[in-house]
Amino acid sequence: MAIPWSYSLRNLATRRLTTVLTASGMAMVVFVFAAMEMLAAGLRATLVDTGAWDNAVLIRKASQTEVQSSVTRDAAAIVESQPEVADGAGGARLAAKEIVVLINLLQRADERPANVTIRGIGPASLALRPQVRLAAGRMPRAGSTEIAAGASIARRFRGAQLGERLRFGQQEWAVVGILDSGGAGFDSEIWGDVDQLMQAFRRPVYSSVILRLRDPAGFDTLKARLEGDPRLELEAKRERQFYADQSEAMATFLRVFGAVLAAIFSTGAVIGAMITMYAAVANRVPEIGTMRALGFRRGSILAAFLLESAFLGLLGGAVGVAAASFLQLVTVSTMNWQTFSELAFRFDLTAGIAARSLLFALGMGLAGGMLPALRAARLGIVDALRTS
Amino acid sequence: MVILKILLRNSLRHPLRSALTVAAIAIAILAFGLLRTVIDAWYAGVQASSAARLITRNAISLIMPLPLSYAPRIRQVEGVSRVSWGNWFGGVYQDPKNFFPSFAVEPEGYIDLYPEMVVGDAELAAFRRERTACLVGRKTAERFGWKVGQTIVLRGTIFPGDWPMTIRGIFRGRDKTADESPLMFHWDYLNEGVKRIMPGAADTVGWYLVGVKNPDDAAHVAATIDALFRNSLAETLTETEKAFNLGFIRMTEAILTVIRLVSFAIIAIIMVVAANTMAMTARERMGEYATFKALGFGGFAIGVLVWGESLTLTAAGGALGMALTYPAAGYFSLKLGQFFPVFNVSHTTLALDVAAIVIVGVAASILPTWRAANVNVVEGFRHLG
Repeated sequence: MAIPWSYSLRNLATRRLTTVLTASGMAMVVFVFAAMEMLAAGLRATLVDTGAWDNAVLIRKASQTEVQSSVTRDAAAIVESQPEVADGAGGARLAAKEIVVLINLLQRADERPANVTIRGIGPASLALRPQVRLAAGRMPRAGSTEIAAGASIARRFRGAQLGERLRFGQQEWAVVGILDSGGAGFDSEIWGDVDQLMQAFRRPVYSSVILRLRDPAGFDTLKARLEGDPRLELEAKRERQFYADQSEAMATFLRVFGAVLAAIFSTGAVIGAMITMYAAVANRVPEIGTMRALGFRRGSILAAFLLESAFLGLLGGAVGVAAASFLQLVTVSTMNWQTFSELAFRFDLTAGIAARSLLFALGMGLAGGMLPALRAARLGIVDALRTS
Repeated sequence: MVILKILLRNSLRHPLRSALTVAAIAIAILAFGLLRTVIDAWYAGVQASSAARLITRNAISLIMPLPLSYAPRIRQVEGVSRVSWGNWFGGVYQDPKNFFPSFAVEPEGYIDLYPEMVVGDAELAAFRRERTACLVGRKTAERFGWKVGQTIVLRGTIFPGDWPMTIRGIFRGRDKTADESPLMFHWDYLNEGVKRIMPGAADTVGWYLVGVKNPDDAAHVAATIDALFRNSLAETLTETEKAFNLGFIRMTEAILTVIRLVSFAIIAIIMVVAANTMAMTARERMGEYATFKALGFGGFAIGVLVWGESLTLTAAGGALGMALTYPAAGYFSLKLGQFFPVFNVSHTTLALDVAAIVIVGVAASILPTWRAANVNVVEGFRHLG
């Protein structure tokens, strides 16, 4: 015979202040837990969406990032002519020889400089990245000092809006287009003509070669052939993997940081729940005695009190997740330590994170309620009734 | 004295509840202290940098080099005492995960400009004599068990290939704020290799390190240097080392903001836990407070009782938490040494801990104190049941 669950709910309603305080403590813990997870998920989503499974990136061996890499013109030509490379419109190869450089730009908000990625693109660059589309204006013309800025760059940096001009490499560059990649990493880049940029920065070498595979399964053959070629000092990665690797340090930091915080915070919240539940048991000793006398079993008493603390946890969890969902309106921009460049990403609330946060809250509630509930269940009937 | 006795006795009436509250507060203060220390560690580079050293780099961005031919021209600028230069090498030892900063530097001036690096005269002379020698910080040397005289191989991430070098000296920091993790080797050695593998990048440096005779002239000297190279192929941007390091931190400010917010959230959470305890305590003792009132004690005296108990509990938890911060920081420093080369618990952190404890102690008891002080005697006696 179980005690109706409304008993547990109504007990929470009787001591409102305590319930609110305990639940809000848990809500804060869940909020922080969810926020950290959302940040890591947002970073991952941004960078993973940046890469495509059937694209391959070639950079110089051991260089880790495009900025540190250099690919000679000869090597780039060899890569371009590989049989695994898909054909694009008009029979041209779907491969782009690109240059990636960081430049200092000032932020609109506070005039502070940040490192922005500028990418020299070739004719196939846009076709290789189907998620990038022109939000406004047009693409830069080949052979001209025109540039297109990613949406987040245009918003946040001075001189990067459509129709404005940027000055770097002893030249003026006119912003003729705004690129939107739907939240991928390209929103944090500026694109211009590769030959113009190579001249402006006096770099006689490319940074990377990006190509579309004719058949995604052909990657391993291509990788083996190119990495084994003694003329090239290159390594090949699937584009998706390449961008995931770029975020590894940041994502690891956020994950570890989030886990450590959650562990410390949750201990505090569990203790808070424990204090509350011990008091709840202490206040209701005669009540428990009465219920036992009426024939409710120890197990039912245990369940009723556990249920009460589980509700407490869930209440906190629901409030915490609801509060965290507002974070989705916030965009974080920070320097990615690995690439050294500015990257904007969002807090990303996935169903998995919401579910995990609620489970986490439930777990905290149960952990806090376990000992007090055991105590309640172990009360002797006679002693309990005597206290009234 | 009586009041202290009552406070202590009252705190111990519910030993379990008090112990739990103290534990929760101790954990939170510990976490708060660690987070503040992380923020301090982030700024450690700025704290340790000097305003008497200037960094001259390419105006486009740090990854663009400057020609070696700038050195004599910078040296001639009024107010400059020394000019040295370096390159970020970004070497990998065995595995990319074993990160530590590695630079190729001009060996004479660079070490002289950094009095924070303490290295024996014999070791320094040996390092300067030998082209393939390197100096390494104590922390990194201990991490990999390197000894003076050992030859190690770094793999270049920017400058391809394997670069063998011999450790000729291990330097220490002058004080706790100095970074003991970098490795430095000869810029000439790097340049020779670059001539072979990337001839286009030969005879270029990553940045110039400029010593200033008088720190007050730093701004003027910086402007003069930048004016020298305006409209040249490689325009420069010169700022004090402090500003340069601060610029780096500002780029990761978003993460710092998150950490700051989280540290305040911690304080809010313990406030809630402590307030909860105090609310329950006060609720249970309403009858007693009414008795006090009936005996003629004023609302103020009763308020002090509740408030004092709250402070007693938070102070006990806070003291415990602060005591635990040191060993925890030591452990952290061991685990995350490569991310935070300098990780010390500062006095500011301890002061903030104390402030947080007082705020929590006071805030948690506001409502219960008010309720207890204004208890209606008749109402209160009803609580006695």
